[in-house]
Amino acid sequence: MIMATKSASAPKKTTRKSAAKSQLKFSKEQYIKWYKDMLLMRKFEEKAGQLYIQQKFGGFCHLYIGQEAVVAGTVSGSRPTDKHMTAYRDHAHPIGLGTDPRVLMAELYGRTTGCSKGKGGSMHFFDKEKNFMGGHGIVGAQIPMGAGVAFAEKYNETDNVVFVSMGDGAVRQGALHETFNMAMNWKLPVIFIIENNNYAMGTSVERTTNVTDLSKIGDSYEMPSQSVNGMSPEAVHEAIEEAATRARNGEGPTLLDIRTYRYKGHSMSDPQKYRTKEEVAEYQAQDPVEHCLQVIKDNKFLTEEEIKEIQDWVKKEVQESIEFAENSPYPEGKELYEDVYMQEDYPYIIEY
Amino acid sequence: MKTVQFREALREAMSEEMRRDKNVFLMGEEVAEYNGAYKVSQGMLDEFGPKRVIDTPIAELGFAGIGVGASMNGLRPIVEFMTWNFAILAADQIINSAAKMLQMSGGQYHCPIVFRGGNGTAGQLAATHSQSFEAFYAHVPGLKVITPSTPADAKGLLKSAIRDNDPVVFLESEKMYGDKDEIPEGEYLIPIGVADTKRKGADVTIVSFGKIIKVAHAAADVLAKEGIECEIIDLRTIRPIDYPAVVESIKKTNRCVVVEESWPLASISSEIAYHVQRYAFDYLDAPVMRVTQTDTPFAFSPTLIDEALPNVDRIVKAVKATLYRN
Ligand SMILES: Cc1ncc(C[n+]2csc(CCOP(=O)(O)OP(=O)(O)O)c2C)c(N)n1
Ligand SMILES: [Mg+2]
Repeated sequence: MIMATKSASAPKKTTRKSAAKSQLKFSKEQYIKWYKDMLLMRKFEEKAGQLYIQQKFGGFCHLYIGQEAVVAGTVSGSRPTDKHMTAYRDHAHPIGLGTDPRVLMAELYGRTTGCSKGKGGSMHFFDKEKNFMGGHGIVGAQIPMGAGVAFAEKYNETDNVVFVSMGDGAVRQGALHETFNMAMNWKLPVIFIIENNNYAMGTSVERTTNVTDLSKIGDSYEMPSQSVNGMSPEAVHEAIEEAATRARNGEGPTLLDIRTYRYKGHSMSDPQKYRTKEEVAEYQAQDPVEHCLQVIKDNKFLTEEEIKEIQDWVKKEVQESIEFAENSPYPEGKELYEDVYMQEDYPYIIEY
Repeated sequence: MKTVQFREALREAMSEEMRRDKNVFLMGEEVAEYNGAYKVSQGMLDEFGPKRVIDTPIAELGFAGIGVGASMNGLRPIVEFMTWNFAILAADQIINSAAKMLQMSGGQYHCPIVFRGGNGTAGQLAATHSQSFEAFYAHVPGLKVITPSTPADAKGLLKSAIRDNDPVVFLESEKMYGDKDEIPEGEYLIPIGVADTKRKGADVTIVSFGKIIKVAHAAADVLAKEGIECEIIDLRTIRPIDYPAVVESIKKTNRCVVVEESWPLASISSEIAYHVQRYAFDYLDAPVMRVTQTDTPFAFSPTLIDEALPNVDRIVKAVKATLYRN
């Protein structure tokens, strides 16, 4: 329960009152887009979870449900030429960036039409076209890699920014500290996003550290750092935009401790004994998808019918994704020998 | 005898040794309050308390190094890695520190430490989560490397590993933790470095280790129906390898097939094949064959997994090739 007692921007217990139109900082279009994108993430993953339980596909399946506002605000606060990288909890990021959910579902199913040709599965979504650079399974691996992507942007004198997401558990990896130091010293245009859902599997933030305010991790590198309400796409968007502006101005990295919550278990086989039902409910009461819908309704941005149209569209997208996946072929065995080396005639040891 | 799961056999080994020696402790990710990511350490926090069953952050290099230092200073740590894939981050401390301490210090400091956890493929976990480390660590002088394939071997070997005064790499499998088999009642130890003949046969020697040996057993059953009797040698320890056990068997069968879960280049199968041609050359009636994983990273899709892993069919073919049959 440590998040509720944390400082300033931790999500508040009460459901937020939705603002009247005149007070809104974001446009009608923005709310509609957030709602539509987050609803698609939510429904895609709810279905993925069910299909996983029905054993339609295997491997791990880590759901982002509850955390959608982090991706929604990051995408809206960034530019299409910016680049994104995350860990294995990676279903929502490409959806937010506009990847066709069909190829994502096909990847879960291990089919050739998947976003990684069925070779990566749930943990390794990639979409070069959308600047989504994965989907990485080793906790913390993406932290230095993401900084390296930013290194290349700086080297090439672009004004693109790189967004690297990691869990609250990942911040305990030594690579983070090595990377923070270099990224600050070299003023790399990278934004480090902690998707702080307060748990690394069954381990809460407070059980692994005496510095539970993760925004302080940047302090010893004098990295601008801030905690952000991760249940609010608005708050995430603002923090992202501010950090990105700094990075584009050549002022280097920012650390954002974005406080969010996963409603589901760590993966599909987590009994969740480490937290209470009440704690989960407390965050569900601040659900970002519901929040956007409420703003849309309160401000009459859409009629009931138009809302229904969005919901039907989402349903259809998800349904068609499943059909697409199930009608796609599995890779043939020989495809194992493709995509390992760029060299086309690499002499593999082949004994059968 | 009693029937237990593989994970219970490991837990019994650790618990018995912790009762016996107060310097033994367990640490790793989720080992205490969560009762182990794969429930190997279930109940151990309750029995031994948080001083001796310790949850770590996700910081493999750090806690492996803390383990090494503790072992230099008189303790006997058991360091659990959630899987060995994550121990790649800790490889510096295992290889550069633990393996070399005794020699570097001219015999003054040694590291009685066990590094253990799941190894190898475990279903559709894709490339980074599916690697086997026998050959990686076997390459390093100063380490001992153990890969049990049955609950009974797991318990006896883990107890020996904990009592051993050298650093031990102990390779298990997520896919074996649920395996049930008989183990002896009461205390027993199995010596490190001794192979076990798991199946007797006069026609062909199959050398294997770890969970892939189950596929070798299945192939041997198929071959038995055709009148081909395989002898299956379970290496159990990969460093040191019990070469004499292999050579003695080949003196009888004159044929050898190595079955290995991992990749072919610079592998345990290449090592065995070298040794056999060098020390049993005159006894061989056919080239040594092997069945390994394909020379590719392990991909996600089930069809690619089927293609990648050793299977009964491939083992049957390899065995028959040594007999010049098809
Ligand atoms: C180096 C490494 N160690 C351990 C693991 C196993 N593991 C996978 S996810 C996870 C917890 C990570 O938690 P967090 O960083 O908070 O991310 P979240 O799952 O909450 O998104 C662990 C320990 C791993 N994949 N890589
Ligand atoms: Mg987390």
